Amino acid sequence: MSETDLREDLRRAAFPAVEDVEVRGHIIDSLILPKVLDGITAAGGMFIIKNVAIGHDRSDPSFARIEVRAKDEAALEEIMAQISDHGAVAVHGGDARLVEADMDGAFPEGFYSTTNQKTEVRLGGHWIGVADQEMDCGIVVDDRSISCRCLPMTEVQRGMKVVVGHVGTRVFPLERQEQGHAFAFMNSAVSTEKPKGVVIREIARQLFENRRDGKRSLLVGGPAIVHTGSGPLVCELLRDGYIHKLFAGNALATHDIEQSLFGTSLGVNLSEGTIVDAGHEHHLRAINLIRRAGSIAAAVESGLLRSGIMYECIKNGVDFHLSGSIRDDGPLPDVVTDALECQRIMREMVKNVTFCLMVATTLHSVAVGNLLPATVKVVCVDINPSTVIKLNDRGSFQTVGLVTDVEPFLRALVAEVRKLEG
Amino acid sequence: MSSSPRILMCAPTHYGIHYEINPWMKTERQADHALAQLQWRALRDQLIAAGAEIAEIAPVEGLPDLVFTANAALIFKRRAVISHFKHVQRQGEEAHFRRWLGADGFEVFETPNRFSFEGAGDALFCGDTLFAGYRQRSDALGHQQIGELLGVRVLPLELVDAYYYHLDTCFCPLAPGVAIYYPGAFDDYGRRVLAAHVPTLIEVEAGEAESFACNAAVVGRTVITNVGCADLHRQLRTAGFTPAETPLGEFVKAGGSAKCLTLRLDGEEAAGWRV
Repeated sequence: MSETDLREDLRRAAFPAVEDVEVRGHIIDSLILPKVLDGITAAGGMFIIKNVAIGHDRSDPSFARIEVRAKDEAALEEIMAQISDHGAVAVHGGDARLVEADMDGAFPEGFYSTTNQKTEVRLGGHWIGVADQEMDCGIVVDDRSISCRCLPMTEVQRGMKVVVGHVGTRVFPLERQEQGHAFAFMNSAVSTEKPKGVVIREIARQLFENRRDGKRSLLVGGPAIVHTGSGPLVCELLRDGYIHKLFAGNALATHDIEQSLFGTSLGVNLSEGTIVDAGHEHHLRAINLIRRAGSIAAAVESGLLRSGIMYECIKNGVDFHLSGSIRDDGPLPDVVTDALECQRIMREMVKNVTFCLMVATTLHSVAVGNLLPATVKVVCVDINPSTVIKLNDRGSFQTVGLVTDVEPFLRALVAEVRKLEG
Repeated sequence: MSSSPRILMCAPTHYGIHYEINPWMKTERQADHALAQLQWRALRDQLIAAGAEIAEIAPVEGLPDLVFTANAALIFKRRAVISHFKHVQRQGEEAHFRRWLGADGFEVFETPNRFSFEGAGDALFCGDTLFAGYRQRSDALGHQQIGELLGVRVLPLELVDAYYYHLDTCFCPLAPGVAIYYPGAFDDYGRRVLAAHVPTLIEVEAGEAESFACNAAVVGRTVITNVGCADLHRQLRTAGFTPAETPLGEFVKAGGSAKCLTLRLDGEEAAGWRV
């Protein structure tokens, strides 16, 4: 990020109250545009000219769209009152339209469909930030607290007030809002030819800084982590407090436990790479043992399970969630098999996550990508470029893709983290 | 289409200071009714002497400011954009002006979106550009929309002194590219706009501006003002105009003078589209 961008970001952060205005007419010849801009600055605000169209001949009007910013709502109102005298008009077009939900589990027709970008809704003349930002939801408004939040349609209850249409809504695309985040240099393009060392160093720094600043990092992992023998690397990150939450499926947990109990993953001896006799039964026997114990935690408690990713999660207080699927064996007793319930749990768990590492899992990555607001930085690591592309195509703009084998990636990541620890 | 000058006036039969909507008006400083009649007739005679034809709209009881016909509308060719007065006290005049101008054959337009707009009081052509006063009585945005409606360039000028509440109290185009103005009524932006777009600007001093020197009625090369504008008259003569004066003190009490009492129906002398 350039120094100018940084300065711009800092300036924006100091002027959080925003309103877009339009000025039209012969705004250049009449000095109305400079007058409006001077007025904003003189009143202690700042402006960003978003668009200017200059008329071609003398009778052609010109047009400017200006983002007006002030240190707070009161200051903004003062500026707006002043510049509206010169013909500047707010472009919000009024308050958002609210319609009461007429049934449970569905929005009223014409509901505003959300993105994962920061969104605000205009209510009673004020812009209110939308909480729990998530794509493909609706926005419900709570009159009493004058607050609003994203809500998936399954959660809608009759009588809830739902934003309908686009009037009185605005979205702050991340490109503008936060150009200068730490990942700026790695744009979301997926390439197998990125300098991986640089990217991995950056991911290590994110994990390191998150731990240092008390922020939460989430790992979404697939069973290839275990199959490739990378389990111990993840265990290191778990033990040292770099990963605070884990989302996975039945497979990762099962093969991790299989490895812990039998030394194999899908029947393959991970130390020797050889196929073990009757090894294909190991994962089922592992599941059965945990089911008999009651839960993974109970198995750790009783001393049955003494190593591995799941063991480290229990031992280090890392919250985990296991989502079921129709092809699962068992599943493990901790696996949640109701898909909507899984969404609810994950939605709750991602609320304070600021960094997400997705490793070797396609469906989970897409599912979690859907739940995350665009402000959360996401790194998707997969041997298959299409996984990363899929995530980008679904609108998770913040995803940095890294096409690489899991084991060398995690090995390099742990090494980079160690370097930062000094 | 050069035609003979035609001016709309309204006899001051019901004129008086019945309310206060500008700093000049004081109900306790009432106009002398008889003197007002005399002054109005003298102005009318001077306009006729200068070559104008006078049309009259019937006075209406309860609408004392109907005499200030400049505020009826903005005239552009045979189109009239009817004013929408800022103060409710004058809004009753709108219907009368609308009816009269419609009956006279004008294509009548309403002020867009109910913006405040006070006609030729705040919108004056100088050449092809419409100079438009705002903040005191008319809205800047309304001016821009009227400009779009008529397809003309509008340059809004902020009026910063409540005593000069209409553009025609501080700015008067005399011919394309020539105007008189009182700098104190504008801010720096307004002065710069005028300097950039009106090549010949004749400056009126503060004392004469208070005598409504800028509120002049222009017919051909004749420029008629209230009395007490000697310096301006000297400048006008130098510039090749024929100044004339007539006492209009009874109307100054309400914040108006020669220009306010007239609406040029065939277009102001300075309007580029007129020639």
